Amino acid sequence: MSNYIKLIVLGLIAIFAAIGTNYARDLAYQVHAILVMLIAGGLFIWTLRNTDEPDILVDRSAEYMDDVIRYGVIATAFWGVVGFIAGTFIAFQLAFPVLNFEWAQGYLNFGRLRPLHTSAVIFAFGGNALIATSFYVVQRTSAARLWGGNLAWFVFWGYQLFIVLAATGYVLGGTQSKEYAEPEWYVDLWLTIVWVAYLAVFLGTIVKRKEPHIYVANWFYLAFIVTVAMLHLVNNMTIPVSIWGSKSVIVWSGVQDAMIQWWYGHNAVGFFLTAGFLGMMYYFIPKQAERPVFSYKLSIIHFWALIFLYIWAGPHHLHYTALPDWASTLGMVFSIILWMPSWGGMINGLMTLSGAWDKLRTDPVIRMMVISVGFYGMSTFEGPMMSIRAVNSLSHYTDWTIGHVHSGALGWNGMITFGALYFLVPVLWKRDRLYSLQMVSWHFWLATIGIVLYAASMWVTGIMEGLMWREVDANGFLVNSFADTVAAKFPMYVVRALGGVLYVAGGVIMCYNLWMTVRKAPAKEASLSVAVPAE
Amino acid sequence: MEEYTILRQFADSWMLLLLFVFFIGIVVWVFRPGASKEYKDTANIPFRHEDKPAEPEEARK
Repeated sequence: MSNYIKLIVLGLIAIFAAIGTNYARDLAYQVHAILVMLIAGGLFIWTLRNTDEPDILVDRSAEYMDDVIRYGVIATAFWGVVGFIAGTFIAFQLAFPVLNFEWAQGYLNFGRLRPLHTSAVIFAFGGNALIATSFYVVQRTSAARLWGGNLAWFVFWGYQLFIVLAATGYVLGGTQSKEYAEPEWYVDLWLTIVWVAYLAVFLGTIVKRKEPHIYVANWFYLAFIVTVAMLHLVNNMTIPVSIWGSKSVIVWSGVQDAMIQWWYGHNAVGFFLTAGFLGMMYYFIPKQAERPVFSYKLSIIHFWALIFLYIWAGPHHLHYTALPDWASTLGMVFSIILWMPSWGGMINGLMTLSGAWDKLRTDPVIRMMVISVGFYGMSTFEGPMMSIRAVNSLSHYTDWTIGHVHSGALGWNGMITFGALYFLVPVLWKRDRLYSLQMVSWHFWLATIGIVLYAASMWVTGIMEGLMWREVDANGFLVNSFADTVAAKFPMYVVRALGGVLYVAGGVIMCYNLWMTVRKAPAKEASLSVAVPAE
Repeated sequence: MEEYTILRQFADSWMLLLLFVFFIGIVVWVFRPGASKEYKDTANIPFRHEDKPAEPEEARK
């Protein structure tokens, strides 16, 4: 019966998309309509062929739902490398403008590829990592199979469709030009549907848990899912110009729009890239170190302090703008207070290794996790400092900001995700161990040196251009033109791009290593996995 | 009074107090007597049920 409803819905979507293909007012919408038509049509045929076939019901409640997580792990590794390559390419475009090819103007120039890079690494790489690990962690810590059956598959494939629609939209010009929220109205609506399903799967699993307590990692994941839903809805309040076109108009205006955008933007950092990844930290570091988290009390205080403070920090993106002084001061003060819970969490992660520090020497995976927490501590010190109005007057609009973002994203988010992938692949594919620990070491050093090159060159070029912009001569005239600063930044741009090359190389080595782990590493003996005591 | 002023006044006073008291309450609650023993068990959740969900009769409620 449910198949008939599915067929009606899919058929209607396919017809609607076909009409959209015909009436489309812009290229991005047209391409998306064709894409949706093909997908809905394909699913229609597939569902039709499976309708009225005898149902084979297998009771799988006694095992975890891991196949969707395996797909998530593959998607994470794939989108990660795609996003890193895109970033490295646009870094070279900045250093060598000739790479903005004449034949690809309007499609593959820096302005079109930059949002592609940011969304690919944050939402495709980071988002897939969060969805896959949250499904893994919530099952293990609830001792229950994922709730909702195939709904988890809908979340996975629906999210991939969102990524493809967003990425192709940027290249073809379908963007609402809001940082980290570029996708247009119909892509936003689709993400809302997927996200509600994600929340349902996650909450449903927590509700039917067999453990009396909700482990702290799940609190962080849940805060991430709920807050991102709220941010997404408020920041994307738009009215489409036409149902057959991608252009929409935001209902907020002026400084309110700017404030809502950076309330969204900073909490995308705070809840997507911090709270969610802290959930990963609180599960995978204890697992890899084989000891419980340093202080569970601290983890609870960490959680509440972090979510109570982060939500107010957004105004620090709008110093010296039309935003009232009191609001930007509020954002600045909360950003500085935020330093405390951030470092509380960092200490909790690092001290989990107390008594097992020797593992740093022998286990490159734990080394990766530890350095990610180290980078977390570094960028959560740098961030509050840059939010101070006086510092911001120098740092804002310069490359220092870009360096800060990347020490957080490459160092914290990237490294903890790599650590989680190295942990997950042998477990999910039932291998005894990774294919090569030496390759993990190579990945570790390539990535670390890449980040150091990146962050150091951006500090130098950022502070340099900040100082050049404000330099005045004895008569009060500006000394440098904007083009002077661009010329002066060239060497640092090359160093940054080379740092990116190292980071990409590390990512490629990881993919090869994980691939070979699945293909070649010895399988885990079935009897062994039962005999190992659960600590 | 206009809506903005009312909301602003409420946010500056009662809401601020409520959130502050809630947070202090959590900190106090975390350090309640007997918490350490319970948290020790909770912190070990990741080391149970690695391979398969808990059996129905195994529920720890």
